[in-house]
Amino acid sequence: MDCYTANWNPLGDSAFYRKYELYSMDWDLKEELRDCLVAAAPYGGPIALLRNPWRKEKAASVRPVLDIYSASGMPLASLLWKSGPVVSLGWSAEEELLCVQEDGAVLVYGLHGDFRRHFSMGNEVLQNRVLDARIFHTEFGSGVAILTGAHRFTLSANVGDLKLRRMPEVPGLQSAPSCWTTLCQDRVAHILLAVGPDLYLLDHAACSAVTPPGLAPGVSSFLQMAVSFTYRHLALFTDTGYIWMGTASLKEKLCEFNCNIRAPPKQMVWCSRPRSKERAVVVAWERRLMVVGDAPESIQYKQLTIQVLLDRLVLRRLYPLAIQICEYLRLPEVQGVSRILAHWACYKVQQKDVSDEDVARAINQKLGDTPGVSYSDIAARAYGCGRTELAIKLLEYEPRSGEQVPLLLKMKRSKLALSKAIESGDTDLVFTVLLHLKNELNRGDFFMTLRNQPMALSLYRQFCKHQELETLKDLYNQDDNHQELGSFHIRASYATEERIEGRVAALQTAADAFYKAKNEFAAKATEDQMRLLRLQRRLEDELGGQFLDLSLHDTVTTLILGGHNKRAEQLARDFRIPDKRLWWLKLTALADLEDWEELEKFSKSKKSPIGYLPFVEICMKQHNKYEAKKYASRVGPEQKVKALLLVGDVAQAADVAIEHRNEAELSLVLSHCTGATDGATADKIQRARAQAQKK
Amino acid sequence: MAFPHRPDAPELPDFSMLKRLARDQLIYLLEQQHEVDKLYKVENKPALSSSEQLCFLVRPRIKNMRYIANLVNADKLAGRTRKYKVIFSPQKFYACEMVLEEEGIYGDVSCDEWAFSLLPLDVDLLSMELPEFFRDYFLEGDQRWINTVAQALHLLSTLYGSFPNCYGIGRCAKMSYELWRKLEEEEDGETKGRRPEIGHIFLLDRDMDFVTALCSQVVYEGLVDDTFRIKCGSVDFGPEVTSSDKSLKVLLNAEDKVFNEIRNEHFSNVFGFLSQKARNLQAQYDRRRGMDIKQMKNFVSQELKGLKQEHRLLSLHIGACESIMKKKTKQDFQELIKTEHALLEGFNIRESTSYIEEHIDRQVSPIESLRLMCLLSITENGLIPKDYRSLKTQYLQSYGPEHLLTFSNLRRAGLLTEQAPGDTLTAVESKVSKLVTDKAAGKITDAFSSLAKRSNFRAISKKLNLIPRVDGEYDLKVPRDMAYVFSGAYVPLSCRIIEQVLERRSWQGLDEVVRLLNCSEFAFTDMTKDDRASSESLRLILVVFLGGCTFSEISALRFLGREKGYRFIFLTTAVTNSARLMEAMSEVKA
Repeated sequence: MDCYTANWNPLGDSAFYRKYELYSMDWDLKEELRDCLVAAAPYGGPIALLRNPWRKEKAASVRPVLDIYSASGMPLASLLWKSGPVVSLGWSAEEELLCVQEDGAVLVYGLHGDFRRHFSMGNEVLQNRVLDARIFHTEFGSGVAILTGAHRFTLSANVGDLKLRRMPEVPGLQSAPSCWTTLCQDRVAHILLAVGPDLYLLDHAACSAVTPPGLAPGVSSFLQMAVSFTYRHLALFTDTGYIWMGTASLKEKLCEFNCNIRAPPKQMVWCSRPRSKERAVVVAWERRLMVVGDAPESIQYKQLTIQVLLDRLVLRRLYPLAIQICEYLRLPEVQGVSRILAHWACYKVQQKDVSDEDVARAINQKLGDTPGVSYSDIAARAYGCGRTELAIKLLEYEPRSGEQVPLLLKMKRSKLALSKAIESGDTDLVFTVLLHLKNELNRGDFFMTLRNQPMALSLYRQFCKHQELETLKDLYNQDDNHQELGSFHIRASYATEERIEGRVAALQTAADAFYKAKNEFAAKATEDQMRLLRLQRRLEDELGGQFLDLSLHDTVTTLILGGHNKRAEQLARDFRIPDKRLWWLKLTALADLEDWEELEKFSKSKKSPIGYLPFVEICMKQHNKYEAKKYASRVGPEQKVKALLLVGDVAQAADVAIEHRNEAELSLVLSHCTGATDGATADKIQRARAQAQKK
Repeated sequence: MAFPHRPDAPELPDFSMLKRLARDQLIYLLEQQHEVDKLYKVENKPALSSSEQLCFLVRPRIKNMRYIANLVNADKLAGRTRKYKVIFSPQKFYACEMVLEEEGIYGDVSCDEWAFSLLPLDVDLLSMELPEFFRDYFLEGDQRWINTVAQALHLLSTLYGSFPNCYGIGRCAKMSYELWRKLEEEEDGETKGRRPEIGHIFLLDRDMDFVTALCSQVVYEGLVDDTFRIKCGSVDFGPEVTSSDKSLKVLLNAEDKVFNEIRNEHFSNVFGFLSQKARNLQAQYDRRRGMDIKQMKNFVSQELKGLKQEHRLLSLHIGACESIMKKKTKQDFQELIKTEHALLEGFNIRESTSYIEEHIDRQVSPIESLRLMCLLSITENGLIPKDYRSLKTQYLQSYGPEHLLTFSNLRRAGLLTEQAPGDTLTAVESKVSKLVTDKAAGKITDAFSSLAKRSNFRAISKKLNLIPRVDGEYDLKVPRDMAYVFSGAYVPLSCRIIEQVLERRSWQGLDEVVRLLNCSEFAFTDMTKDDRASSESLRLILVVFLGGCTFSEISALRFLGREKGYRFIFLTTAVTNSARLMEAMSEVKA
C-alpha cells in the first residue's frame, strides 16, 4: 500500500501534497530566467522571453533577443530586438504579444513573431517614460496599464479599441507605490495601489482611500498584492508578514494568515484546481513556496470553448488537426471546417514565393464552393499583402457580386465594382460605387461610364434631380437628349425662375431643345406658353387682378367674369381656341355670373356647336327653370326628351317620345313618372307601347 | 350576398404575427429607444415641438433629408441644441446619408433602421405601403425597391414556409424573384425545415395590365376607394356620410361584419342589401316589445350591444352609399361608364374620343380627363397622330402648360402614346435583323419596343376572351364570371392571366399572349416538388402585385377563389386606383 503514498509529502499539519512532472520543457535556455522579461499567455498559451532587455549597447551580440516558445518550450520564433527598451511584456486574449517600451510605444506581434502593428500610450507617457506596466484581461479584451515616471497612471481597457484614459492624481504621491494592480469592477477598470500604510482605488473620475476590513493593525507598508483571474478576490502581503485575503471589492475578508516572514515575496498569485471550489494564494520567495488556502466558495471557471480552442490551433497553423477536430465533433460546416479553410487560405495568400495563379487555383481546389467561405475576405487579405492581381483572381470565385464591391473599390477597380454592384441588384451599393467613381474620374469619363450603364444612370439622375440640378442638365447635354433638356427647362420656367423675363427665357431654351428633338408639338406648345405668359403679364398690368400661371381656358374665363368680353374674344382668336371649347367656357362663365340676358344673346349669336342641351343643364344647375325652358325648345330632336325631362315637363316629354316611337326614350320618361299628376302620362305611354306592339 | 366559400376552401395563414412584429419593433424604437411621446407629420415647416430630442420616422428619400436638414440648420441658426434621430423605413440609403453630409448635418443626427415591409391590412391583404414604387420603377426606372420586395418575400417564406410553385410575368417580377432566390440560397437551411403553408406564388408587374387599373370601379370596396380614398385600410367618412358635424375614421376590413358582406358586391346590389338588413335589424329591436323582464334582461346584456354595433355600421355604410350616389349621378356616371365600356370593347371610337374631348373642354377633372385619354391610348395601341396632338392641346389649354411634362411622363411609361405606323416598325425590324447578328438585332428590337411600347390590348382581349358575350341581361346579383366587377363588361386582364396560368400550372399554351404582352423574356415558372405540401396549401395562392393592385382586382380574384375552391392572398406594393396612378404621373407646380 505504501507505494501509493510514497510520493506524498506533508504540508503543514493536516495536508499532504505530491509533485510530479507533466512534461519537460523542450527549450534550451542559456540565460537565467531572472535576467529575462517573461510573459506566459493564459490557458497554456505561448511563452515569450526577452533576453538582455536592459542592455543598451549597440553591439549585435548583446542586443536584446525576443524568443517565443510554446507552453512546452518548443521554439516558435526568435528575433533580434531592434526597437527601444522594453519595460513589460504580456499576451492579449487573442494571443498577440504586447511589448511595452519605455517611451510608451506598444509593439504588437503575432505568436510566430510577425509584427502586427504598434500604438502609443499617449504624450504624457512619452514625456515621463514608463516606470512600470501591466497587461490585464477583462471581458472586453486585453488592456494595458502604465505607471509613468511622474507617478501617474494611464490605461486602456481594450487595446483592440484603443481609448486612453489618464487616471486622476494620487494626492501626495512622491515616489512609486510599493505595489499596485488593476482591478475590474462593474465593467470598469480600476487601479489599486499601496502607498505606505494606505491603499487607494483609482477610477477615471476619482482617487479614493480604501481600507480592507479586518486588517490587523501595525501595518506600515504593503509589499505585494495579487488579484484573482476573475477579479473577484484580492490578496495583500504586509510588511508585518501578514497575508490578508478577501473580496476585491474590499467589502469582505475571507481569511488571514501570519507567515512570520517579513521579506518581500518575489511573486504572489491566486490559484485553484479546475472545478474545485477551493481557492488559494501561492506566495514565492527565493527558496520558499507557501500555499495559503481559504474557505470554499461557489464559482467555477468558464472553460475554454471549442471555438477558442479551434482559434488557437489555427493561430498555430495546425490546420489539419483543427479540421479533424471539427469533423470528429461534427461541427456544422460554417462554424467548423469552412472557417478553418478560410483561415488556411488567408495564410496561403501570404506565401510570396508561389505564383498568383497557383495560389488562386490551390485555394479554389480546396475550398470549392464550401458554404460560409467568403472569397472576398480571402481576397482582402491578399490585397493586404500587396497582391492585387491575386485578389482580383480570388474575387472571381466569389458568388455574391455584392461582396466583391468594397474590395474592388479599395483596389481602385471602380468600373468593375460598378458592374458587380449592378449585378447584385442592390441599388444602394450601386449608388455607393457611383459616388466613388464621381470623385475618382473626371466628369467626362464619369458620364461615359454612366452612359453604358442605364440602371446606374437612372439612379444618378434621380439623385441629381433633387440634389444637383446643374449636373442633370450636363448629363442630358452629354447625351444630346434634347427631349429631356426641353423638359428640364420647362420645369425651370416655373420651379426655379421667378422673374417673368427669366421664365420666358427658360421657355425659349426649352422650345429650342424641343425643335432639336424633332418634337414640334412640344416646341409649339412651349412657344404658345411664352406668348400667354407675356400676355398675362400685360393683362395684370392693365386690368389688375391675377392672371399669371392660369391656364389658357382659365385666363379667358377670368376675362369674361371680369366683364372684358372683347379681350376674351381677342384672346380666343389669337390662341385659336376651338369653337366648342369657347362655347362651353362662355356658357359656364355667363351662368356663373347669372347674366341671363348676355347668355341669351350669346346663344343666338350663331348656331351652337355644342347644341342647346348644355344650356338647359346649366340653367337648371343654377335653379333657373324659366331660362332653362327657353333653351329646351331649341334642343334638337335627339336630345329633346332629355331636355324636357330636365325642366320637369314629363307630359310633353312623353308626347315627343311617343312621336319618336323610341322604346329607350319611352322607358326613360316612364321612369320619371313619379309624381301624382303623372298617372295619366304613364297610361298614355303604356297605351303607345301596346299600340306599337300590335303593329 | 357575400357568397360563402366552398367547404373545402383552405384556411388563411395567420398574418397577425406580422402586425405584432412590426408594432413591437416600432414601439420599441419609439418608446424604449428614443422615448418618443408625440408624433408629427414630416412636412416642410418648422418643428413647433420644444422637446430636447427630435426623432424622424421617414422613407429614405432625398426630399425628406432636405427637410430634416432645413430643420436642423434652422435650430443651429437659432442657437438651439437638441438631439436628432432619423429612423429610416424600411432601410437606410447611402444617397440619404450623402445628402445629410452635403447639408452639413451628418454629425448632428444619428440614424436607425426600421426594417418594416409588410403591413397586414386584412386577413388576405398585405401591403408594403410603398405607393412611390409605381413612379420610381415604372417611370424613373429606379430599382431601389426591388430589394425591399425580395426581403419581404424572404420574410414570408421564413414565416410560412417556402412556396413550391412560383410563377411570374414582368421584368420587375423576374428581378425581384431572382433577388429573392439569392437571399434564400444565402440563408440556406432556415426555410427548408418548414412545411409550406402557401402552395403558389404569382408575381405580376403593374404594366402588364394598366387597363384594369384605369377603369372606374363599381364594386363597393373599390367605389369607396375611388370616392373617399382608403388609406392604410381605413377611410375618413366626412359629415355628409356620418350625418353629423364630425368626420369619422372607419377601419374597413373583414372584422366589420356589414362591410364584409358588401365589399365585393356590385354597387347596384348594395343599397337593396343594406335596406333589407336595416329591416331585419328593426325586427330584432322590435322583439323587445313582447318581452318579460327576464327576457329583457337577457336581451340587454347579450344582444343589444351587437345590435347597436351593427346599427352603427349599417348607418355608416348607408350614408356612404347615399354620398356615392349623389356624387356619381351628378357627373353623369352612366355616360362615363358607357364610354369606358365602349373603349374596352373597341367600338364607337370616334364617339368616345369626342366624349373625352368634351370632358377636357368642360374642365370636369384633370385626373379623370387624363385617365380617359390613357384608357383610349392603351386600348387602341396609341392614339392616332391627329387625336394625340389635339387632345393634348386641349388638355394643356384647360389644365395648364406644365402638363407638357405629364405627357412626357405618360409617354415614357407607355400609358399615353402615339400610334406607331405598325407596318413600318416591323419592316424596319426585319430589315435590321437581316443586316446584323441575332444578338444585336435583339437589342435593337428592344430599343424599338421601348420607343413604342405596344399594348396590343385588343388582340390580347380576343385571345383571352376578356369581353364576355352576353345573351340578355348580365345578372349582377348572381355573377357568372370575374367580369361582374366591371358590370359584366370586362374580365380584368391581370386576373384572367392569373386564372389561366393557375389552370395550366405553367405558361404553356399562353405563348401568344406572353408575346403580345412584350414579355417573352420575363414570364417564368419554377416548381420544386415538396411532398410535405398539403393539398390544402396547394389551393392557397399568394399574388404579388408590383406597382399596386386595385380593390376590383382583389374582388375578382376572391370571386375566382370561391368558384374554384382556392383562396387568394394579396401582397401589393400599395393598394391603388386610377386616380393614384394618374397622380403619380402628373407634374404639378410645387
